[in-house]
Amino acid sequence: MADRKEPRIGLPFERPIVELELKIGELQSLSESTGMNLNGELKPLKKKLERMTRDIYAKLEPYDVVQVARHPLRPQTSDYIAGMLDEYIELHGDRRFGDDRAITTGLARMRKHRFLLVGHRKGKETKENIACNWGCAHPEGYRKALLKMRLAERFKLPIVTFINTPGAYPGLGAEERGQAWAIAENIQVMSRLKTPVICVVIGEGGSGGALGIGVGDRVLMLQYAYYSVISPEGCAAILWKDGDKAPEAAGALRLTSADLKRLKIVDEVVPEPLGGAHRDSEAMIAMLQERLVALLDELGGISVETLVDQRYERLSQLGSA
Amino acid sequence: MGWAFRRKKNIPGGLWDKCPKCAAMLQKRQLEESGGVCPQCGHHGRIGAARRIGVMLDAGSFVEIATDLKTSDPLEFAGYSGTIERSKKRSNVDEAAIVGHGRIEEMPVAFGTLDFHFVGGSMGIVVGDRIRAAAEHAFENETPLVLVSTSGGARMHEGALSLMQMAKTSAAIARLGETGLPYISILADPCTGGVIASFAALGDVILAEPGALIGFAGPRVIRTTIGTQLPEGFQTSEFLLEHGFIDRIVPRPTLKAEVAAILRNLMAGRERAAG
Repeated sequence: MADRKEPRIGLPFERPIVELELKIGELQSLSESTGMNLNGELKPLKKKLERMTRDIYAKLEPYDVVQVARHPLRPQTSDYIAGMLDEYIELHGDRRFGDDRAITTGLARMRKHRFLLVGHRKGKETKENIACNWGCAHPEGYRKALLKMRLAERFKLPIVTFINTPGAYPGLGAEERGQAWAIAENIQVMSRLKTPVICVVIGEGGSGGALGIGVGDRVLMLQYAYYSVISPEGCAAILWKDGDKAPEAAGALRLTSADLKRLKIVDEVVPEPLGGAHRDSEAMIAMLQERLVALLDELGGISVETLVDQRYERLSQLGSA
Repeated sequence: MGWAFRRKKNIPGGLWDKCPKCAAMLQKRQLEESGGVCPQCGHHGRIGAARRIGVMLDAGSFVEIATDLKTSDPLEFAGYSGTIERSKKRSNVDEAAIVGHGRIEEMPVAFGTLDFHFVGGSMGIVVGDRIRAAAEHAFENETPLVLVSTSGGARMHEGALSLMQMAKTSAAIARLGETGLPYISILADPCTGGVIASFAALGDVILAEPGALIGFAGPRVIRTTIGTQLPEGFQTSEFLLEHGFIDRIVPRPTLKAEVAAILRNLMAGRERAAG
């Protein structure tokens, strides 16, 4: 189970799970502090918890999935960096305007593999959230990513990107500095990079802001991540002039990992631990690490010319036929 | 049909249109001749694909391609098929992009234009495939590519598949760029969202019509995000020229001649090398 000291932040549909988790936690600490053996009570409760979690998570509505993807305790890029890399040398700045904290880029080592890591960063507490602008990057963030990806290409390092953003930031400075141009250039350059590129949607895949670091040879998506052309709230506001209809919009947009796999936008869905990645970050990180190691092995054996041709084919077929 | 100039309802015969900017009453014939530009105030009205082709290409030179691509409803999105049917009737086009090849002052080009009257010029799968077809036509026939973009962005009703058209079109532009063939991107009012954040921003030369709204996020979204009014002239062609994101602002009546002149310059080196 994830960090039990953290206050549990419960999603509405998770309330029964969280209540039972709290009860089990209380019994456990009672048992620890008094030395009483409560295994007889705990065992059936734990069994019940597992069954309940399985049942609830088997019936998640698309908008529930969006809530899981946004869960504040869900592992983020910084957790994956800490949990799966043996080395991470962060490289800052776009050498044009500044260093956008909403995207981190750096040289990464994971077991025998070395690669460039690019990931959205949301921040863990308020101060960090503000510094990272809740994962909403400005043009300088995308330009930093571009600069470092070109570096990776020159030095024949594969690239792994972690996507987790509500969207690229829609503000005055972002427009003045060419948000659209920054994203367009990233998409274009990534489609032709002469090095393997693996993209993973780890949480929120918010539209162009996600795609701005999301073009690659393999696109993976965690089970309860979402990926969408527009936020369900934004879609509901436009279509029905009513942001409260976000749950309906989430269904209509087909934004879950199963949908995206069926539509061939993602190649692979990475299963999450029972009850979502926020219940067991360690297991999630280990699971993704295994997949990334295997994919880096696989793509490393393909010539870059073939990769670039196959990438073009992959993109050309999206939605066609 | 296809005029952004609103017809005054109480005038019979539809001989007159009203300029939405200066409210001048204009004869339809006058507007036809000016390509949808108000002769009184210079306002550039939104024009459909047929008129745009007339403005940009040598008369009778346009040959449409990729006509077999038909809109599908891959998500079975509520109300989408009705939206498509209504748009077809309203716009006289079968999708938001019309692509093909033709000539600009005798020069062969691959050409495409978006049509804002078809679901707001939004990019779904067919638009993505047609833009790609235009880029690949340029690639295969070794001609320049000229695209006119006017769009509200990605088409919501096709979900993440619409988003992926940004990657599809950008990849096709990238591949063309590697051959040294020029791509001229022309931005017309409005051009926002997933279209300006992909192929429309990737022109070797980017031109915009005067006074067009151009930006990543729509003004309403930005206002909601920042909670204040936007500065005067924010996200216009003039604003983007000032901030260094477009090469030139060109009024519609001289657009064709300017594109021809730019292409002659960009193609000169190639022709020298070949000759």
